[in-house]
Amino acid sequence: MRQSIRLLLVGAALATLTACNPGGANGKRASSSSGGSAAERVYVAPGEHDEYYGFLSGGFDGQISVYGIPSGRLFKTIPVFSQVPMNGYGYTEETKPMLETSYGFVPWDDLHHPDISQTNGELDGRWIFANGVNTPRIARIDLQDFETAEIIEIPNSAGNHSSAFVTENTEYVVAGTRFSVPIPQQDMPIDEYKGNFKGTISFISVDQDSGEMDLSFQLMLPGFNYDLGHPGRHDSHGWFFFTTYNTEEAHTLQEVNASQNDKDFIVAINWKKAEEYLKQGKGKTVPARYFHNKFDVKTHTATSTVKEEVTILDAMELPGVAYFIPTPKSPHGVDVDPSGEYIIGNGKLSANLTVHSFSKMLDAIENERFEGEAYGIPILNFEDVLAGVVPQPGLGPLHTEFDDKGYAYTTFFISSEVVKWELGTWEVIDRKDSYYSPGHLVIPGGNSRKPDGKYMVTMNKITKDRFLPVGPELNHAAQLFDITGDKMELLLDFPTVAEPHYAAMIHADKIKDKTRQIYKLSENEHARVVKNPGETRVERDGKNVHVYMSMIRSHFTPDNIEGVKVGDKVFFHITNLEQDFDIPHGFAILGNNNAEMLILPGQTETLTWEPKEVGVWPFYCTDFCSALHQEMSGYIRVSPEDSDIKLSWALDDSKFTE
Amino acid sequence: MPYVCIKITNQKQLITMRKYVLIFLFAGLLTSCGNSEDKKSKPEVKIGAQSSSTEKPKETPKAVTSAEDLRDMNNKGVGVIKNVTLGDLDPALAAKGEEVFKANCTACHKTDRKFIGPAMEGVVDRRAPEWIMNMILDPELMVKEDPLARQLLIDYNGSPMANQGMTEEQARALLEYFRTL
Repeated sequence: MRQSIRLLLVGAALATLTACNPGGANGKRASSSSGGSAAERVYVAPGEHDEYYGFLSGGFDGQISVYGIPSGRLFKTIPVFSQVPMNGYGYTEETKPMLETSYGFVPWDDLHHPDISQTNGELDGRWIFANGVNTPRIARIDLQDFETAEIIEIPNSAGNHSSAFVTENTEYVVAGTRFSVPIPQQDMPIDEYKGNFKGTISFISVDQDSGEMDLSFQLMLPGFNYDLGHPGRHDSHGWFFFTTYNTEEAHTLQEVNASQNDKDFIVAINWKKAEEYLKQGKGKTVPARYFHNKFDVKTHTATSTVKEEVTILDAMELPGVAYFIPTPKSPHGVDVDPSGEYIIGNGKLSANLTVHSFSKMLDAIENERFEGEAYGIPILNFEDVLAGVVPQPGLGPLHTEFDDKGYAYTTFFISSEVVKWELGTWEVIDRKDSYYSPGHLVIPGGNSRKPDGKYMVTMNKITKDRFLPVGPELNHAAQLFDITGDKMELLLDFPTVAEPHYAAMIHADKIKDKTRQIYKLSENEHARVVKNPGETRVERDGKNVHVYMSMIRSHFTPDNIEGVKVGDKVFFHITNLEQDFDIPHGFAILGNNNAEMLILPGQTETLTWEPKEVGVWPFYCTDFCSALHQEMSGYIRVSPEDSDIKLSWALDDSKFTE
Repeated sequence: MPYVCIKITNQKQLITMRKYVLIFLFAGLLTSCGNSEDKKSKPEVKIGAQSSSTEKPKETPKAVTSAEDLRDMNNKGVGVIKNVTLGDLDPALAAKGEEVFKANCTACHKTDRKFIGPAMEGVVDRRAPEWIMNMILDPELMVKEDPLARQLLIDYNGSPMANQGMTEEQARALLEYFRTL
């Protein structure tokens, strides 16, 4: 008996010792490199907040998803280029103009590269710029609201892939053409590509106060397919670098035919020189039709402006604007280190990583050390611009980002790993597997003067067995690494929405206190706002019926509407009168060939409905708003087309007629 | 129906018995139809009557005073307003208060009768000025910590008062307006 009691006591003592975990999650924020297990370093306790925002592109979903790092939790998917039925983006009258283009209304796109605005080469958290690849466009997301504020179309472009990248003071956001096309478009045989199809690189200026974009000028270049780009910084500020992968100018079976040349080019663009030529009037203004859509946060409405012309500078004719740097082989990413001196050519099909030197490049230009020219643009001598080579680091290098200690991190698609190497010595320090086949990677500020070398996220293209199986179609997987030590340490594996390409991460402190919580009703300038229930009404304008409605917990005003007829087009203009944080209301109506709308406090939005049947049709609030959410509903009576019934509307015993 | 035991000795008695039983049954059916709801619900609830709290104990049939009608001038509520001294009525401030009321409160409040929330008529005779302002400035806090506000929420079926982001100046103007009602 005594023996077993003793055993029991010992057992209990051991249990309390192991259960009591002093370094662990006791309500404090996840500590990081100071030790503790990976679990402790990614655990963000209930009620606590993450350290960083991660803005990951969605790729073919056309949006940007917002994650917390280090927890990997998904906070929100920001609607950018694709319609969102759950909140009405691209369905409400106010947001449909955002998706208008010169090809008409386009409900989807492919968003690859978000870039956070910078000031003096540091992330400033004002805006994110992102590209639409399929219908060339650049979007600007406002980080006060985490909503898309502006979308500008890019003419004379196809495959808007090497976009959207900001210069180090956000003077410009730059976009390049990946699929060379006839410029301007014309009817011609495809096999006459070589020499005739071209590419453009567009410089979109950004207003420093409002963020508003304006297509300043386009550079015309040979049809080499401009894959990716990055800005110079410090001494190389004023220059921009793009990779090309099809100097062969192949138009078919590019997999083989665009992979023949041993070296393709990085094109170095002196945009300050281009600006000079622009001022001298050396640009040609040509007709080009493109849409510029802006969302006004005061009127809660987007408007489209159609532009009819654009200014093009021909880099093949204006000396000093562009230079070609040979680089192996079908390079994908071009990355500039924080000092601005090293330009990495991630030669996708090459065995080595090639590093070019900016200062040597300037030298080679000055001393005209050219090995030839292509379409009038000088090709610099490869050896004269070379800084070094990282030998045989892996197979299929794609992208490089940098930390704050002089190290670079490159993803390798084929060998499915990320490799850490040292700038200057070109030595490989560490390699870690990424699951599986990483594309891009991201370090907060890793594409700026001031990287934050704590966390790194790799975004993979193949998921396979990483998570519980969910059938044939899988979302992609990301890995979070701690990069504070000599060796990289894998902390977390998390699934991501659709297919992230590039991402941008920023410390939460730079954004979180500036975000908006509600829209002030007093600042609402929507054309059809109602600021209190007394202003609500229903008006007929021929076959259009305009319902001016308000919502507040937990009723619509009015909630009984009569006098609508079959064949009418009903516009529900609804204002959410709440002024408290996180009280949205939704709206949906039976028999609507349309989505619902979600309206935030102080906002006004419009959804249309075209009733085709006689009857009494219910509408309701779709977002759980209060204890009496179920009661937040109403009816609308639809009479026959030839009825002479008058419009009337009511809430309880307050009744009105037209 | 009461249990009846009758001895039947012949055919005639049986027929008569059946007749009475049928009449009895039929009458029972008629009366039970009229009062079938009574069987299903508690005795004191009638069709069309306002529901009162069914959890209230039944012993003492004293008059039910709702939280809304309860007069309590000592309760200052919970919130940032600690002390308000009311002087002579300020007509300009009251007019401002009326504007604020029309812009922010009419979605749920009428002056002369109950709507989504209580009527504002006579509120300054039922509530301390501090209570009124605290309710306007932070209704969520009041519902959490003031028993009267909490009871009001229950009485109003959980329909919450919205925080409309009023400033202290606006709340004071509203109070002045209520003094005129």
